[in-house]
Amino acid sequence: MTYTIEGRTGPWEVVIGLEVHAQVTSQAKLFSGAATEFGAAPNSQVSFVDAGFPGMLPVINQECVAQAVRTGLGLKAEIHLWSRFDRKNYFYADLPQGYQISQFAHPIVGTGTVEITLADGSTKEIGITRLHLEQDAGKSLHDQHPSKSFIDLNRSGVALMEIVSEPDMRSPEEAGAYLTKLRQILRYLGTCDGNMDEGSMRADVNVSVRKAGEGFRTRCEVKNVNSIRFVMQAVEAEARRQIEVWEEGGTVEQETRLFDTGRGVTRSMRSKEDAHDYRYFPDPDLPPLVLEADWVEQLKASLPELPDERRARYVAMGLSPYDAHVLTLERETAAFFEAVAKGRDAKTVANWVTGDFFAALNRTGLGVEESPVSAAALGELLDLIADKTINGKIAKDVLAIMFETGERPGAIVDARGLRQVVDTGAIEAAIDRVMEANADKVAEYRSGKDKLFGFFVGQVMKAMQGKGNPALVNEVLKQKLA
Amino acid sequence: MHPTDFTLRGAIDALNEGIISSVELTTAHLDAIAALNPRLNAYITVTGEQALEQARASDARRKEGVAGPLEGVPLAIKDLFCTAGTLTTAGSRILGRFTPPYESTVSGNLLRDGAVFLGKANLDEFAMGSSNTTSASGPVENPWSRANDPDTRLVPGGSSGGSAAAVAARLALGATATDTGGSIRQPAAFCGIAGIKPTYGRCSRFGIVAFASSLDQAGPVARTVEDCAILLKSMAGFDPKDSTSADVPVPDFAAACARGVKGLRIGVPKEYRLEGTPPEIEALWEQGLEWLRAQGAETVEISLPHTKYALPTYYIVAPAEASSNLARYDGVRFGLRVTEQGSDLRDLYERTRAQGFGAEVRRRILIGTYVLSAGYYDAYYLKAQKIRALIKRDFDEAFGKVDAIVTPATPSAAFGMDEKQDDPVKMYLNDVFTVTANLAGLPGLAVPAGLDAQGLPLGLQVIGKSFDEETVFAVGAAIEQAANFTALPRLRAGA
Repeated sequence: MTYTIEGRTGPWEVVIGLEVHAQVTSQAKLFSGAATEFGAAPNSQVSFVDAGFPGMLPVINQECVAQAVRTGLGLKAEIHLWSRFDRKNYFYADLPQGYQISQFAHPIVGTGTVEITLADGSTKEIGITRLHLEQDAGKSLHDQHPSKSFIDLNRSGVALMEIVSEPDMRSPEEAGAYLTKLRQILRYLGTCDGNMDEGSMRADVNVSVRKAGEGFRTRCEVKNVNSIRFVMQAVEAEARRQIEVWEEGGTVEQETRLFDTGRGVTRSMRSKEDAHDYRYFPDPDLPPLVLEADWVEQLKASLPELPDERRARYVAMGLSPYDAHVLTLERETAAFFEAVAKGRDAKTVANWVTGDFFAALNRTGLGVEESPVSAAALGELLDLIADKTINGKIAKDVLAIMFETGERPGAIVDARGLRQVVDTGAIEAAIDRVMEANADKVAEYRSGKDKLFGFFVGQVMKAMQGKGNPALVNEVLKQKLA
Repeated sequence: MHPTDFTLRGAIDALNEGIISSVELTTAHLDAIAALNPRLNAYITVTGEQALEQARASDARRKEGVAGPLEGVPLAIKDLFCTAGTLTTAGSRILGRFTPPYESTVSGNLLRDGAVFLGKANLDEFAMGSSNTTSASGPVENPWSRANDPDTRLVPGGSSGGSAAAVAARLALGATATDTGGSIRQPAAFCGIAGIKPTYGRCSRFGIVAFASSLDQAGPVARTVEDCAILLKSMAGFDPKDSTSADVPVPDFAAACARGVKGLRIGVPKEYRLEGTPPEIEALWEQGLEWLRAQGAETVEISLPHTKYALPTYYIVAPAEASSNLARYDGVRFGLRVTEQGSDLRDLYERTRAQGFGAEVRRRILIGTYVLSAGYYDAYYLKAQKIRALIKRDFDEAFGKVDAIVTPATPSAAFGMDEKQDDPVKMYLNDVFTVTANLAGLPGLAVPAGLDAQGLPLGLQVIGKSFDEETVFAVGAAIEQAANFTALPRLRAGA
């Protein structure tokens, strides 16, 4: 069903395209040898090239190029063996050269696609228009001094990939799902860490609205939105603003806007008339970027398995599409699942990982890679269930203890005497005690109140401190109650 | 013989033979600078103490038996090359007291080979000019003057006017220079010395203040063709810090000077016969061709049909790149900053750039900004790039038939310091014979070949195939030998 926003004049469709700036994971900047680590002291990672000193020249960092190609391949996109860097000219205090080196006319990556999964389980293809490499600017700090602005050039020259989508999204949810998926692909590839709160990924959101069946109306660009949630909020806020403009009889003007996260509205930044003339032209300091087809093939061959392929493989292993989706969201989670699933029943492992294990992680607020319970330890726990040393109920308790103490499951079971009882004599004795203490309930059961069976199971397990083998308890109980 | 009268080759031999020390040679040049630079203004900065220190160190190395190819040779460095620890101005106010902490690759190569730096040579501001009158450090005077009008001060040409004047007046044995549209060859011709703009990519641009990146190329000026060959050998070479530098071997250029021209086919482009060219320049050109024929070369008329578009193309491409290259001079990080209490960033830019840049630089930034602007880009910049490709193709086709091309170096001899200053287009015409080599990326050498009726030097230009400086040197040396150019400027050390 199409997402619409109800206006006074009826329902409106929302059209969304995203331009995502993703910082390339690399040791050095796009055109200089300076380091790129986040959080370093201001101006401590700046070369003379990054600071735009006289006579300094850019030299392309091959690793950044490889990362862009890997990303292009991950987006199932066309890799351009010939691309070119242009200069985008404008003045700003944190742009030392007075121009940004970018790929305007000839990007390194062309059209591709990203498949998104929505909450109802449906999927949708979002087109990628292009991906190009460009330099980041520095940072202006206006709040450090009453009358001066400070400039930090650590980011100046850091490699960014600008990934431009087609206007294929039709709801805030789709925009959110696209960003989530894009981030997932980048993280799988290791080409961007996707840390939006550190600014490694930011989005410019293009929004327009229209009535069903219409062509596109004028769009506005909401700049520099830095979380998936804010992107979704910005889409809705901007769409509602535009609907109001149209419905008031006005015209939406093409402009650049900013999202005020506090008030949840967009504000005008500059109109089309104020738009810069960037005077793009080919950077004469850099020859065209020419890639060898063989080299691209090598990168392709060495790509890690991507989320879509991995998810399909999990479904083939017997997992539900939902579990497969959840387990592949993060590369680390998938790796953890696979480590546990090795030589074990995949479905059972998936249930445990997505169930109790995730719940425990959520409680502790830790990520998979910081989990106090290793994949090996969780595997041992599942082995204890499989060989009937403990039952599932006890296993949940053991897992909780593992999270608290970091002990191995075998040791916990031994030390606390949690082995399940498979001795029918002991089970029969426990059942006898329960039936004796609940003679009235036994009579009710026998007169047809079948639902009481569960009560008896619970009582027996309780009497056995949870250690009874559930199948045996069921079986013996059925015989005795008959 | 005065030590400043050595050719560079002669000085190297004399140093090798122990006839003179680097300290003596350097001292003689510093004395000459002290005597003549106040008048010529060829140097912006004289690094006397550092030069003597380098000379002493050089003499010590020589004593140890370690001598580089340029061991102990005193040179001038155009003030467009960044020199570590030495003020670098690019002839502009906007760089303020900028003292780079790094060395340009080319000047670093010269130091590696043992050279001594006397100081930084004057130039047109940001290398923009053909008369060396746009420098923030004041104009440079040509050491030559007209026989019948010795009081009229003449320009040395530009932009490498300080380098050329210093070498002509014997204030250096040789100098580095740069050439974007003729800035090595035109001043060399005006000052009666030799100068070569090598193939684009032959010398690294790293550490050279950029004017127009796709055209800028460093090269030497010196008093003989062979001296240029020796200097270029040291200056050239692949540099991973410049993505446009060429990873090709650097041949022994000096050896090529002795090759001779027997059997070479010399192209004579008919489009270079311009209306209004003084007859004595036409005559000198014909004379030069005759000398080459006499030494066994064959001269062939060729056509470079797009020549007439070269100058307008150049004055679109070069300002376009310059307008972007000069954006970094903004008063924020280094150099001049002009601001008022309480003013904003835009005001800082406007004041700094208005006061920091001279009129010619501002004009070219405006032209460049205009031709790149939305709505004009296709008509100007893109069109110019297309014509540039056609000019290159003209040369490719010509070089299918000939080994080198010989033309006049300039359309006139040196002119008076107050001439042509009111009309930029007239000034730009100085580059009419030289810009084509920059647009096509080809090597071009200016060699002094004769004097005009006023006794002013005139030069011929040899243009060669890409990375074939060797043939260019061979042809240049042949012209030099036949011309036997022995005239001397009136203002010179030891005179």
